Amino acid sequence: MADSLIAEGLEKYFNPETTAEVKAIEGTHAASYAAKLARVKVVSAYPITPQTTIVEKLSEMCASGEMEAEFIKVESEHSAMACVIGAESTGTRSFTATSSQGLALMHEELHWATGARLPVVMANVNRALGAPWNIWADQTDSLAQRDTGWIQCYAESNQEVLDMIIQAYRLAEIVMLPVMVNMDAFFLSHTTEPVALPKQELVDQFLPEYNPKYKMDINDPHAFGGLAKPDTYMELRYNIQKSMEDAHRLIPEVADEFEKVIGRNHGGLIEEYQTKDAEYLIVTSGTITGTSRIVVDQLRAQGLKLGLLKIRFFRPFPVKEVQSVLGKIKKIAVIDRNLSFGRCGIFFSELQAALYNCECRPLLNGYVAGLGGRDVTPKTIEKIVNHLIASEKGEDLIWMELNI
Amino acid sequence: MSQMKFEIPEIELMKSGHVACPGCGASMAMRYALKALGPKTMVVIPACCWAIIDGPNPCSVNGVPVFHCAFETAAITATGIKAGLKRQGKDDISVLAWAGDGGTFDIGLQAISGAAERNEDIIYVCYDNEAYMNTGIQRSSATPWGAWTTTTPVKNPKERPKKDIVDILLAHHIPYVATASVAYPDDFIRKMQKAKSIRGMKFIHVLSPCPPGWKSQAEESVHISRLAVHSNVFPLYEVDDGYRYTISIQPKKVPVRDYLKYQGRFKHLSEEQIELIQQAADRKWDILMKKVEMGELFMQN
Ligand SMILES: Cc1ncc(C[n+]2csc(CCOP(=O)(O)OP(=O)(O)O)c2C)c(N)n1
Ligand code: SF4
Ligand SMILES: [Mg+2]
Repeated sequence: MADSLIAEGLEKYFNPETTAEVKAIEGTHAASYAAKLARVKVVSAYPITPQTTIVEKLSEMCASGEMEAEFIKVESEHSAMACVIGAESTGTRSFTATSSQGLALMHEELHWATGARLPVVMANVNRALGAPWNIWADQTDSLAQRDTGWIQCYAESNQEVLDMIIQAYRLAEIVMLPVMVNMDAFFLSHTTEPVALPKQELVDQFLPEYNPKYKMDINDPHAFGGLAKPDTYMELRYNIQKSMEDAHRLIPEVADEFEKVIGRNHGGLIEEYQTKDAEYLIVTSGTITGTSRIVVDQLRAQGLKLGLLKIRFFRPFPVKEVQSVLGKIKKIAVIDRNLSFGRCGIFFSELQAALYNCECRPLLNGYVAGLGGRDVTPKTIEKIVNHLIASEKGEDLIWMELNI
Repeated sequence: MSQMKFEIPEIELMKSGHVACPGCGASMAMRYALKALGPKTMVVIPACCWAIIDGPNPCSVNGVPVFHCAFETAAITATGIKAGLKRQGKDDISVLAWAGDGGTFDIGLQAISGAAERNEDIIYVCYDNEAYMNTGIQRSSATPWGAWTTTTPVKNPKERPKKDIVDILLAHHIPYVATASVAYPDDFIRKMQKAKSIRGMKFIHVLSPCPPGWKSQAEESVHISRLAVHSNVFPLYEVDDGYRYTISIQPKKVPVRDYLKYQGRFKHLSEEQIELIQQAADRKWDILMKKVEMGELFMQN
C-alpha cells in the first residue's frame, strides 16, 4: 500500500513526459535552476548564509554559459535590489536572492520595486534576525516586509521552491508586482531532496518572453517614478491594491496552467489536507507543514478528526479561502515560526483578523514555536493538538517548549 | 593645449519648463550633458533637486527616458539598466547616472564605489552644489570648510574640508575622471562626449552654483563658476587611465576672496579664515601640478 502510494506520488511529481531530469539538490539550488529555467537575463545578488549557494550556483551557470545572463556581483543587498530594479525597468527579466539581514537592508528598495511596478522575483531564505546572530530558520524576516507590496509565497519542499519561482514570473509579469518565494533556512535551503527539473521547452511554453507595455525606451521616452502629488499618489496605491486583488484571483489559475503544462499543482493560496470532516485544524506554513502532515495521519489513525491548512501565500492573504475552510471547524491551532513583539505570531494575527467578519468563529489558539531554527518535531505538534483539544477559550500567544 | 574650434551641438533634448530656481547650475549642466550625449541616452536620477527639476509625474523635460531611483542607488540602478540593455542588444545606449553631492559623496558612496570597482559601463555625473539643497541646505561632506548651511550655522560653520571625491574615484582605477564647469560648456561637452566614447566607468564632477543655497545672485552663477576655476577652488582637469592628468583650463590665479565674495554663505568669514582657504587652494593646485608631472613621467617611461 505504502509503496504504491509512493510510486503514485513519484509519478505525479516526476512525470517523465514533462521532466528533463530528476536531480537530488538542496533548496537553494532548486532556486538557482528555477532562475535558469525562467530564462532570467540579469542576476544581481550579495551572499548571506544560507542563501549563498543560490548565488554560487548561479555564478557557475552564468560563467559556464549554461545560463545566458549578466551576473552583477554587487557590494550589498540594497544594491542587488536596486540593480534588478534598473534591469527590470528596461523590460529585462531579473532575479535576486537573499535572507534575513540582507532582506532587512533591502527594505527601501522593496517598496521601490512595487511602486515602480516592476515584476522582480526574489528567493528569500527565511532566517532569524540579529542580535544575537542566528542563521537558522525563522520567518520574521519576510513577514516584517508585509507592507512593501510584494506578493509572498512560502514553500514546503524543494520542488515547490523550483515550481513557485517559475510560476512567480508568470504571475508577476501579469499583475506587474514583485514576488518573493520563501524557503526555511536549512530545513529546505540545505536539505537535499529529489527535484524534477521540467523540460525547458515546456517552461518556455508556460512562461512567455517578458515584454512589458511600458519600459525605458529611447524611442518612446518617459520619466518613471517622478513626483506624484497628493492628487495622484492615492490612485497609484489603489492600482497596486487592485493588482494584488488580481493576483489573488490569478494565483490558482496560474497554478492550474502550470499543472496543464508541467503536470504538478501545489495548490492555490492555501492547501487543504484532510479537512473534509475535520473538527480540529492545524494552520501552518513552510516546512512545519510537512511535519504536521505526519501528525495528522497518526492522530487520524487514532480517530481524531484533525485537518491541516497550509497557507502558501501570505500576500495577498487568503481571507476568503480561509473563511470557507474554517466554517466547519471547532478549534484551530495556528503554528507560527515568527513573532511580532508585543502581539503574537504573525500568521495567527492575520488569520484572526480574517475571521472577525465571519459568521461562525471557531476557537483560535496561536502557538509560537521553533524560533531561530529550533526543531518543531512531531512531538511538538502533538502537544499543540492536545493543548488545543483541552482549550476552552482561545489564546493569542502560547509559547511552545520554552526553556525558562 | 592645441587650439581648436569647438561647436556646441545644436540639439536641444532638454526642453523648457523645468522647475529649477533661476540661476541653477544643475539645470544648465543637464542641458549641456544631453547636448553632448544625444538621444541615445537614458538618465537615472536619485533623490536630489533634479528629482524635482525634471517635473512632476508624468512630466519630464529631458526628452530621453528618465528613471527616478532611491537616494543612494544612482550608480547601481544605472548599472542594472545598462545590464538589461546589454542583454537586449542595445549596448550602444549611454546610461547616465545624475546625482547631487549628497547622493555621491555621502549616502551613495558605497554604491558608486561598487560600480567603479567593477568598472561598470556607465557615465556618472555628480552635480555638486556643496550641500543637501533639496531638503533645505544642510551640510554634506562636499560642503567646503567655513561655509554656512542650515546645519553648520554661522556660529559653528563647517569645520572639516570638502571630501576629495575625484581622488576617491581615481583610487578605483577607472578609465576616465574629469571635473567640469557650467562656465565652460565647450569643455564640459567635450568631456561628456569623450566619456561616451570610453568603455567602463566614467566620472564627471561638475560644480553647480545654487543661488538659494549659496546665497548668491541668479545672474552671477556662471561668473561664480568661472571664478571657482580661476581661483583654484575648482580646477578643471581630466585624468585618463588613472594617471594621465591634463589641465583643461589654465587658471588666472584670482584670489579666492573674489570667488567667496559673491556668496552669502561665506560672508561671516574673517580675513584669517579667508587666508586659510587661499592657502588650501594654492596647496591643492601645487599637488595637482605634481600629479600632472608624475603622469608625464610615466608616459615618457
Ligand atoms: C534614504 C533617504 N534619506 C534621506 C532622504 C531625504 N533627501 C532627499 S534629497 C536629499 C539631499 C540631496 O542632496 P544632494 O544629493 O546634494 O542633491 P541636491 O538636493 O543638493 O540637489 C535628502 C537628504 C531621502 N530621500 N532618502
Ligand atoms: S535649490 Fe539650488 S540646486 Fe536646487 S533647484 Fe534651486 S538652484 Fe538648483
Ligand atoms: Mg547637493
